[in-house]
Amino acid sequence: MTHPAQPSRSPKPSSTLWQKHQVFEKNSIILVIGILVAISIGGLVEVLPLFYLKSTIEKVEGIRPLTPLELSGRNIYLREGCYNCHSQMIRPLRDEVERYGHYSLAAESMYDHPFQWGSKRTGPDLARVGSKYSDDWHRDHLRNPRSVVPASIMPGYPWLEQTPLDIAHIGDNMAVLAVEGVPYTPEMVAAAISDAKTQGSADDAATPAFVGRYPKAINRDLGGNVGKLTEADALIAYLQLLGTQVDFKLYDDKANIR
Amino acid sequence: MDGIYPKKLRFGEIGLSVVMAILAVGAIVVAAKAWTPEYAFHAYLFSAAAVAAIFAIANRYTARDAATPHMIDGKPNYNFGPVKFATLAAMFWGLAGFTVGLYIALQLAWPMFNLDLPWFSFGRLRPLHTSAVIFAFGGNVLLATSFYVVQRTCRARLAGDLAPWFVVLGYNFFIVIAGTGYLLGITQGKEYAEPEWYADLWLTVVWVTYLLVFLGTLWKREEPHIYVANWFYLAFIVTIAVLHLGNNASVPVSIFSSKSYIVWSGVQDAMIQWWYGHNAVGFFLTAGFLAIMYYFIPKRADRPIYSYRLSIIHFWALIFMYIWAGPHHLHYTALPDWAQTLGMTFSIMLWMPSWGGMINGLMTLSGAWDKLRTDPVLRMMVVSVAFYGMSTFEGPVMSIKSVNSLSHYTDWGIGHVHSGALGWVAYVSFGAIYCLVPWLWNRREVYSLKLVNWHFWVSTIGIVFYITAMWVAGIMQGLMWRAYTALGFLEYSFVETSEAMHPMYIIRALGGGLFLLGAVIMAYNLYKTIRSPEPAALGSRAALVPGE
Repeated sequence: MTHPAQPSRSPKPSSTLWQKHQVFEKNSIILVIGILVAISIGGLVEVLPLFYLKSTIEKVEGIRPLTPLELSGRNIYLREGCYNCHSQMIRPLRDEVERYGHYSLAAESMYDHPFQWGSKRTGPDLARVGSKYSDDWHRDHLRNPRSVVPASIMPGYPWLEQTPLDIAHIGDNMAVLAVEGVPYTPEMVAAAISDAKTQGSADDAATPAFVGRYPKAINRDLGGNVGKLTEADALIAYLQLLGTQVDFKLYDDKANIR
Repeated sequence: MDGIYPKKLRFGEIGLSVVMAILAVGAIVVAAKAWTPEYAFHAYLFSAAAVAAIFAIANRYTARDAATPHMIDGKPNYNFGPVKFATLAAMFWGLAGFTVGLYIALQLAWPMFNLDLPWFSFGRLRPLHTSAVIFAFGGNVLLATSFYVVQRTCRARLAGDLAPWFVVLGYNFFIVIAGTGYLLGITQGKEYAEPEWYADLWLTVVWVTYLLVFLGTLWKREEPHIYVANWFYLAFIVTIAVLHLGNNASVPVSIFSSKSYIVWSGVQDAMIQWWYGHNAVGFFLTAGFLAIMYYFIPKRADRPIYSYRLSIIHFWALIFMYIWAGPHHLHYTALPDWAQTLGMTFSIMLWMPSWGGMINGLMTLSGAWDKLRTDPVLRMMVVSVAFYGMSTFEGPVMSIKSVNSLSHYTDWGIGHVHSGALGWVAYVSFGAIYCLVPWLWNRREVYSLKLVNWHFWVSTIGIVFYITAMWVAGIMQGLMWRAYTALGFLEYSFVETSEAMHPMYIIRALGGGLFLLGAVIMAYNLYKTIRSPEPAALGSRAALVPGE
């Protein structure tokens, strides 16, 4: 196989940058390496320091991993795509702080795999929605948003309170999160199913042990049928937790200026 | 020389059949023990697809010749089968994606369209829309054009025997798994990266094969230089692989569960997500489509690229700077300020290489501007470059922190994305498909240039409705959120700002409806082109211009 002689673009070797660039134009592997170098720098500079700069995540008291019931609720939050319309990130702007509460801290989502800061507010921010509304309000609102907010454009989620919550594998979920750095103990993983049931019912004998594992966790019948956990119960447990873990009366803004 | 050997099974045919057989059996086992019926459904789909693949390989073996010549009569024996499939798939997914887009636009105007059913609720349909238009429509356009362009510019048949088909069919199978998964509630909960771990793994295999087919074809090239469009395709393929692996790093709960947990969390996950997310824009929706511009506009206008040196400068500047721009999605969040400032700075600088591409595309028309009057296909592509210029100016403006404090979380962002997606990505794709279909099916020209003209104007009016409605909605809502009364209280409740969007949401849906109508006209035109009996005049590949 012989090729017809290629007319050479530059008969004599020259050292201009344009000529030097031909090494990329003529060799696909060198071009790939050039591309890899060019695209690596920005990512490395922006991502890697976040893992070792101590100032990245503030030092705060009170952040605990989600309870099994709250984690189930969070999985439903993801499944239904709530993040498409609701952010969980209050910016330090006057109107946002007055509308939603203290601006969000990085620490508040440090156990979130994945993060749910969102990018669009078709509905309001949910970073501090916890304990702003009653369980009953949430139940009505999830079933039919327009029953409590007439002008709402949120979809109804009536199936959530009709679907029994599947917690058979919630312990396996927690075990994976533990591998990824969420401080779930083997004891928490072992007690996952009973803890989920305990949290969703009032006056359970196992309550002290449960609250010992998850300090300040809400522990009540979330408004559904007693003794039966539904998907709505789990989602409400998660929503009622959002933004309530840090006590901002004690939090020192100035200590964490970055 | 090849012809004297008797026909026998090739190594690849045996190997891929064995792999598919193992996959078929393995998927059945997984389906039997799956934790949820949704995941079992996906496992069955995998099994069915693997069985279908074995049948397809067997069928192809009985039908094919003993050997596939790489040259016929001194000309490359181009492999256009996968290109044709991806072109038609692009048109199909485009129609599907635009339709879902229109439907969710109606849901925002009238929530009753959610039907109170899980499979129709906005939260599940919105990822279906974004994935269908970006990855299914856009992805198939990129597969089709890259496999076409790399063959023509290298004057070589696509590398690999089954590999190009594996890439095209495997990619579309990924789309099916991803899309049905969203409807059934299977998602990672990361924007534009919703498919779960097993879909991600499958895509990784497909994507690595894609890179190898592309590189393998480059290695067979008859030209010493790699054509500019191929640099951009290569940057797109390589970078998407890196982004996909970085952003989707996750640990599955079990092989019998669709659920996995991303290894990153909180602020680091946010940074990695938008490193991925913004560069899905930068490399999937920009570099890949710039490659299309660099082949199809010079070809259609019958003019050389305006400046080779500009293409070198803006190529390296674009791919170097784009990677830094991600943090502009996280202004004023809990991401540290230093990262936000870096992201903003590079986003503003990115304006220059972006416009380098625009200038190179537009100035290629030098001396051929009159063709815009007579050739609606070329007009579509040129307008796409103009939209590219507009949205790559708007982007840097919105990345300025003080502007972003108003625009972020509002519909301005949606408007910005759609001026890029409809105006730039879809238009340059439409133009390329209008060129490709007659070339691939050996027709002189598309069935009707008049219908292309109709498509152009109907969809252009649609885009204008869409983006102006979103500008008004976004800026209005942003201002309402921060409005104060004379007494110093917030003036509007959230739901009042939501109510104010209603007329804009209707206009947006109207714009989307017009855009969909344009695409329906296009599909009809392509159907008639492929079905028309007229054979191509030999050697005539350029557009026929009246009076020429």
